[in-house]
Order: sequence, then C-alpha cells, then structure tokens
Amino acid sequence: MSDVKSVIIAGVGGQGAILVSKIMTNGLIQAGYDVKQSEVHGMSQRGGSVTTQVRWGEKVYGPVFGKGCADLLIAMENMEAVRYADFLKPDGVAVINDYERDSMTTASGLEEYPEGCLKAMQDQFKTIAVDAEGIAEELGNAKCMNVVLFGALADSLGMPDIDWEQVVADTVPQKVRDLNIEAFRRGRAEAK
Amino acid sequence: MKELLSGNEALARGLYEAGVTFASAYPGTPSTEVLENLVQYKDDVYSEWAPNEKVATEVAYGASMAGARSFCTMKMVGLNVAADPLFTAAYQGVNGGFVLMSADDPSMHSSQNEQDNRHYARHAKIAMIEPSDSQECKDFIVKAYELSEKFDTPVLFRMTTRLDHSKSLVEFGERTEHKIPEYEKNPRKNICTPANAYLNHPIVVQRLENLAEYGNDCDLNSVEMNGTKIGVVTAGISYQYAKEAFPEDTSFLKLGLTYPLPMKLIKDFASKVDELYIIEELDGFMEDQIKAAGIECKGKELTGEMYELNAQLLEERIFGKAPEIKEVAAKAVARPPALCPGCPHRGFFYTMSKGKDFVCTGDIGCYTLGSAQPLNALDSCLCMGGGFTVAMGMSKVFEQTGADKKVFGVVGDSTFFHSGMTGLAEIIYNKGKVIPVVLDNGITGMTGQQENPGSGYTLEEDVANVISIEGVMKACGFVNIFTVDPQDLTAMQEAVDGALASEEPAAIVTRRECRLLKRAEKPDGICKVDSDKCIGCKMCVKVGCPAISFKDGKSIIDHTQCVGCTVCMQVCPVEAIEKEAK
Repeated sequence: MSDVKSVIIAGVGGQGAILVSKIMTNGLIQAGYDVKQSEVHGMSQRGGSVTTQVRWGEKVYGPVFGKGCADLLIAMENMEAVRYADFLKPDGVAVINDYERDSMTTASGLEEYPEGCLKAMQDQFKTIAVDAEGIAEELGNAKCMNVVLFGALADSLGMPDIDWEQVVADTVPQKVRDLNIEAFRRGRAEAK
Repeated sequence: MKELLSGNEALARGLYEAGVTFASAYPGTPSTEVLENLVQYKDDVYSEWAPNEKVATEVAYGASMAGARSFCTMKMVGLNVAADPLFTAAYQGVNGGFVLMSADDPSMHSSQNEQDNRHYARHAKIAMIEPSDSQECKDFIVKAYELSEKFDTPVLFRMTTRLDHSKSLVEFGERTEHKIPEYEKNPRKNICTPANAYLNHPIVVQRLENLAEYGNDCDLNSVEMNGTKIGVVTAGISYQYAKEAFPEDTSFLKLGLTYPLPMKLIKDFASKVDELYIIEELDGFMEDQIKAAGIECKGKELTGEMYELNAQLLEERIFGKAPEIKEVAAKAVARPPALCPGCPHRGFFYTMSKGKDFVCTGDIGCYTLGSAQPLNALDSCLCMGGGFTVAMGMSKVFEQTGADKKVFGVVGDSTFFHSGMTGLAEIIYNKGKVIPVVLDNGITGMTGQQENPGSGYTLEEDVANVISIEGVMKACGFVNIFTVDPQDLTAMQEAVDGALASEEPAAIVTRRECRLLKRAEKPDGICKVDSDKCIGCKMCVKVGCPAISFKDGKSIIDHTQCVGCTVCMQVCPVEAIEKEAK
C-alpha cells in the first residue's frame, strides 16, 4: 500500500470541498490511477464540519483512511485544519485557506474561536497558507475560493505530469471557466 | 472507459442493466441518490418517491407480484417502518425479482441510531447480498435479481455509508430486458391467511437450506489463498479495510452472499489457516453464527462493535500498531450543523424559544436543528412522525399531573405525509391538548431536495396533485388552522397566540419555501448592520443564523452568507440592521 497517496479536505458545509475533490479525481483518473473518494452527505452538511477523502495509487482498497495516514491536509478554514491535524502523517503537508469562519457556538458567544490555529499548524507541519478568500473576492466572485485553494495545493499533490490547469478548465462549468482558470493561477502563484 | 461512481450511482446503473422496470423509495441518507440517479433511465424504469418506506416496499412488492423486476430502497431506520410487508413477503416469495436495499449508517453521520440491518435478513429468513465497492454494487445487484427469481425470495441488498457515498471506478455493461410474464392469479402463494402461511413456512426453511448450499459454491463468495498463517472472513466495506491492514500473506474468504452463511465453505477455509479472524463493522453478525457452528475465530473482542472501521483502526486494534500523530497547540471547538441562513424554520423556532412554558417535540428533518444553540427550541426528536405523537403522550401526562405546559408537536411537510397524518387522527380521536405544527417548506429538505406529495412534482418531474395539509387537518376535525409565513415574526407570534387561545382544536401550518429549493426566488437583497447604531445587545445573535457573528461588541453579518430574510432585522430593538438591494 506504500504507493497509495491519501488526501483529506476539511471545511465547513457549503464551502465547495466537493469541487476540489472532483478536480483532483478527474486529473488522477486521466493519468491512469486507481482512485477512491469519500464524502458525507446529510445532516453534517448544514454548516457543520465536513471532510472529503481522496486516495490514489496503483491499487486502492479503503475509500477512507484513519489518523496519521494523510500525505496532505487541505483546510478551507483555520480551525478545521486544527480539527483534522491528527490525520496528517508526521511529514505530511497542510495547505490552508487562511480564514476564520465562526461556528454557531463561537458566533453566539458560547465558546471562543481558538487563537493561533494557523501558527499551531505551522509549528508542527510544513504548511502552505494562502488568503484564498481574499484572492477570490479580488477576482470578483467569493465562490471561486475553492479553486484558488486548489491552485495553491496543486503542486503539493506531487503529480507534475498532470496538467492541472487543463483539468480545472475541463471540470468547471463553461460560463465560469475563465474565472476559475484565473483563480487556479493566482492560487498556484501564491503558494510558490 | 471506467467512470468514478459512488456506490449509489453504480447501483442505479446496475438496476438499469438488470432489467428492472419498477423502483420506489422514500429519501433517507445515505440511500437517497440511488433513485435520483435511476430516474435518468425513466424511459425504461419507472421511479417514484413513495410517502414512506412501508408504502415503497408494498408498491415494489406489488410490482414484483405482477411480474416486474422491482426495487425499493431506504435508510436503515426506514426498514423498521417497512418491516411489516417485508416479513410476509418473505413467506410468499416473488414473481419478478424483488430486491430491497438497506443503507446502514455506521458512525451515524446522518442518523438517529446505529442499527445493523443484517439482522433483518436472518429475522425475515431471506437472502442477503453485500457488495464491497462501486463495481460490485453494479454487478451484484444484477446477480441479486437472478438469485431472487431462482430461489423465490426477496433479497436484502445491504450497503453502508462508505459504500453509498464513496466513489470508485466502474465499468458499465449492457441492459438485459426482463420479459414480464402474463399475470396469473395465485391465491395459495399470495394471500397470507394463516392456512397459507402455515404451508409457506416450511418452504421458507427449505429455501434457506438451499441458499446456504448454493453459497458454498457461488461466484458471490470468493477465496483468495495467499498463505496458511492468517485467514480473514469478511464482507462489504470491511473487506477493503482488512485487505489494507493485514499482512500480504493473509488469506481471505470474501463473502458477497452473507445470509444464509455458507458454513461448509467457511469451515473448509478455517481448516486451511492457523488463525481465523472475522472482520465486520457493527455487530458480530457473522462471527456469532460462525462461533455457534463450532469454528474457532477472533473478531469483536478486538475490533469492537461500534462505529465505522478503517485500515488504521484495524492495525491498531489487531496488531497493536498505533498511528504516529503530531499534537498541535491549538484545539478546535465544536462546529455543529445549523439551520441555513434564510431558513424559513428559523422564525418559528425563534418564536418557540421565547415561550418559557412551551414544550416542543420535534421530528426527523432539517428542523431537528431547531434544537441547536442558541435557539434550543426542542424537547425531543424520536422518529419520523413522532413529532405529533410524542407530544400527545406528554400532554396527556401534563393533564394528569396538572403541569402548566403548552405542548406543540412539530413535523415537516414530507414527514407529515410520511407518518404525521395518523398522529393527527390520534390527537383528534383521543381529545389531545396538543397544537400540531407543520413546517411546510415545500420540499424534503435534509436529504437534499426531493419532491413529496405536497411539493407539486414527482421524481420523474411530472406535475403532481398537491395534497392540502390544511385540507387533511380539516378533514380530521381541526377547526382553527393558522397558516402563516414564519419569516414574519409578528404574524408567527399571532398564530401561536391564536392557536393557544382557541377553544376548538387548533393547528398551525408555517409556509415558506426552503432557501435551497431550485424553484425558490433569488434573494432581493441582503441585511447589513450599521455599527454606529448597533448597541451590542446580541438580540440578533439569538436567532441562530450562521451569517451573524459578534466581534468587538458589535454584530456583523457575513454578506457572502446572508440571503436577506430579515429575521435578525425584525428582532433588532434599535433598527441597526437594514436591508440593501443586491
């Protein structure tokens, strides 16, 4: 199983993690890998904490993996990075959208949003932090945050033979194609 | 070209290829996407949403009786509702092949309990098939129909969340048409009088013996001999985890037909290895039977009988290999799910949260989230339809004890048609002092926007007759029925007050479309806080909207999330929130 790569994408329901995993799996399938992807539907989607897992290699068995097994953690929000940090291998890489999204409990003052999430990750892991939210707003559409983030993580997937920009172009709807290509480029440049 | 499909998508394709012509279901996570995907083949397969799982099972069984290959599906608790027809269908057998897919939810990602529905196969004495990836979801469902017809049995096709919702590569096949024979009446087989049932029971027992014999040598079950030290008997998604966790020289007996168990095959496999492990999620369903057959094995004492497994957990629990984990200095706080921004249920639950003597019993759906902080507006949530009837029981006791409580029973529109209507009959018939409330958002929400008998459309997108909720209430004998837009907080309060003041049986229908509904109107603006005017009283925070947060003594509305519902604006005492055109 040593050739199998495992990625966990963590975020808040509605942030667009599914598109990130779709771009990833489209590229990997085209490159000929065995690919499995797992996500959760239903109750947790309503603004709750959600994860998607993607695995690829010559032969993949489990569609999900456990703690200490991820090569890459992609967090669409700072606190979610911390929540799933224990899924990362000790030498795993974290790619984080440097952004704080209140939970219902922190927004209403029942709990404090934890301080120093990003720093806590940087202290322990190789971490790439980008302001994907800010870049998306600059591009005029906050919704393309996920593709900015994908741009930022693309080179960390360790698949240099895949033309990720082309995969993005082929995966997103035609009418937002140019926007998303730009989002991808900005994210990728930001991570370098 | 192989396609990356979820188990549910692959299953839909398999149903098409199997020549199925009839499918019925009630939506429930993680089963919902099967029919949502099957409907693309509507020229060949009739698909429908039934009002509940019992109805779905009955109509699908009727279709089988008429000769069609038929299918129904539900989440695991749905099978509790559908158990009645299934257990008798087991005695009567099938005409066209009949398969019921149960989607179990280990770890309860979206469920109210963690029941292991494999026990239903044993309890009902029917065949059970379990796939282990998307390709098998497609291939095994075709075999399930062949098995159903060959052995004259309903088949329980058992999946779990990680099969339903995880994607793996699938190669398609062609559809084989199933010819529906001319209908012939068969009262001896199909009428469950005691005399007929008496004669059917031995047939059922014999059928199980035949199936067990068949399982010893069928292509649903396979042996992979890689060594003689360790052997693993496993099925379903657990096979994938075990393949990853056990050493390469481990031998596997992978079962696809998991009830009845092929005990001869298992005994033979066990005799070829030094140590035998049974790897399965949840209960020791296979292990208990294998042990009872006198075969020595290990399993549950190591793997545990709760929650999902994965390869890492198996490595840790069986081989003592703990994962290497780095601790980070920060700690995440809870991020529970919440009602969406602009959710029409918010106005109702906000109104309920203000009544100190209110008892409000909830039900299964998005509106279960009325229980979340800061609304904290529900006392209970038990099961589909329980919103009305749990309220009834509680209110009767409050009457007996003289407790000063006002009891509201809450269900959604889809739940109302599922099993709320019988609760209404109970309340009127037994003179309950309960105010039933239907939160009608025009769609089945939590499972992802499925049509229902009140939404105006069918699964196949035909225009449908809309059943009037108020009409049903009237027919039951409710006299004062308050229909209200829950987003108008003044009107919502008046409806609650009016219902409480009514001498005659009263009910409330809150009506506003789900914000996620594709047919819903686009927001005409968003709300904004004027921070100069904001006095930091947190009244708006108390409506529990994910778009509102409180920073440095002032409220802030996230413009990317707000849809301009104005509930926060209505509760602001100093008019610090304004709606701006978008």
